[in-house]
Amino acid sequence: MAASYETSAEYISHHLTNLTYGRFPDGSWGFAKSQEEITSMGFMSINVDTMFWSVLLGFVFLGIFMTAARRASTDVPGGLQNFCEMLVEFVEDSILQVFGSRPNPVIGPLSLTVLVWVFLMNLMDLVPIDVIPHAAALLGIPYFKIVPTTDLNATLGLSGGVFILVIYYNLKIKGPLTFGAGLFTHPIPHWSMYWFNFILEFVDMIAKPISHGLRLFGNLYAGEMIFILIALLPFYLQWLLSLPWAIFHILIIALQAFVFMILTIVYLTQAHAVDEH
Amino acid sequence: MNINLTIFGQLIAFTMFVLFCMKYVWPPLTTAMRERQKRISDGLDNAAAAEQQLEQANEAAGKELEEAKAQAAELIAQARSRANQIVEDAKVQANEEANRIREGAQDDIDQEINRAREQLRERVGELAVEGAEKILQSSIDRSAHEEMLNKLAAGL
Repeated sequence: MAASYETSAEYISHHLTNLTYGRFPDGSWGFAKSQEEITSMGFMSINVDTMFWSVLLGFVFLGIFMTAARRASTDVPGGLQNFCEMLVEFVEDSILQVFGSRPNPVIGPLSLTVLVWVFLMNLMDLVPIDVIPHAAALLGIPYFKIVPTTDLNATLGLSGGVFILVIYYNLKIKGPLTFGAGLFTHPIPHWSMYWFNFILEFVDMIAKPISHGLRLFGNLYAGEMIFILIALLPFYLQWLLSLPWAIFHILIIALQAFVFMILTIVYLTQAHAVDEH
Repeated sequence: MNINLTIFGQLIAFTMFVLFCMKYVWPPLTTAMRERQKRISDGLDNAAAAEQQLEQANEAAGKELEEAKAQAAELIAQARSRANQIVEDAKVQANEEANRIREGAQDDIDQEINRAREQLRERVGELAVEGAEKILQSSIDRSAHEEMLNKLAAGL
């Protein structure tokens, strides 16, 4: 535990606070210096650390894969190309199993982006939790969270993007009329139950992106929380818990990235499924 | 843990990354993979075809070799039988020649014997008379004993 924090609670809450840039109640814009200020900003603020790390990691993903794609040839592939093609093939296999072989130009790149990007963002969880916030503090930055997926905004942004695609494909494949009618006629196709149906279907539809984003957020937030709690131990004991947890966490971050991708594919598949009722 | 503008920032970033991936990452990688797959499967097909060809060629070579061997064996058998025949012919010829020579020699001998016999026959009477004359110391009438002497000569 870093000596500069007075209580454990302060340490924990500091590590869970984003670097926020936003509009103060008086109308001026600037970085929030405390949690009260963040609360006062409300919606008109942006988590700079989340944006910075997620965009940086997105470019890492694009950098790796675009290098491989530019060098892609039908000759014997090198290490990088092998690695990228392995991932692409893995994504294609997953799509084939769930989505089937319907031609769709979006689902492949979308799933690959989700898988690798989310994995990279989760991977930041394995960076020792005090290193980068501490370095940032020395530079005068009050808060610095480095795991974008422990920010609800990031995960809901992702699941919201998927949700927009789901709506788009629902409208495109089923047509606005069929899609709209489907909201009222399921699950009980009787006119007296139409509004009841609509409430059910609407909740069902909205619950999907929320649970999609919350699942990733919850897993990573909890993992981060445990790292923070372990960091409260005396430094000579930390390795005893942080090492096994980090090793276990390698599994979690890969698994959560995979789950997020599979759910993306599943939701898109549902959007494509033409009703059999 | 506030929901704020970050959610839109993330949405925009997400969209950009997916679009980039759609345009610059996914198509070249999948195309390269498909093409390599095709190349490998073509290569495997070709290898299988080549193997089959090799097998056929081996088979043909074996058949040819077998034929050549059979031909050679036939030739050897023919040559052997011909050689035997030549030897046989030579033996027969030699036997005939030997017989011919022997018969010629026999004829010569017979002639020689006959001639000697004729000579002896011509001379025997004379010799007998001469011998008798010498023994008897007297002359004997040649004509009186001519007939008997001739008989004697013919009896030889």
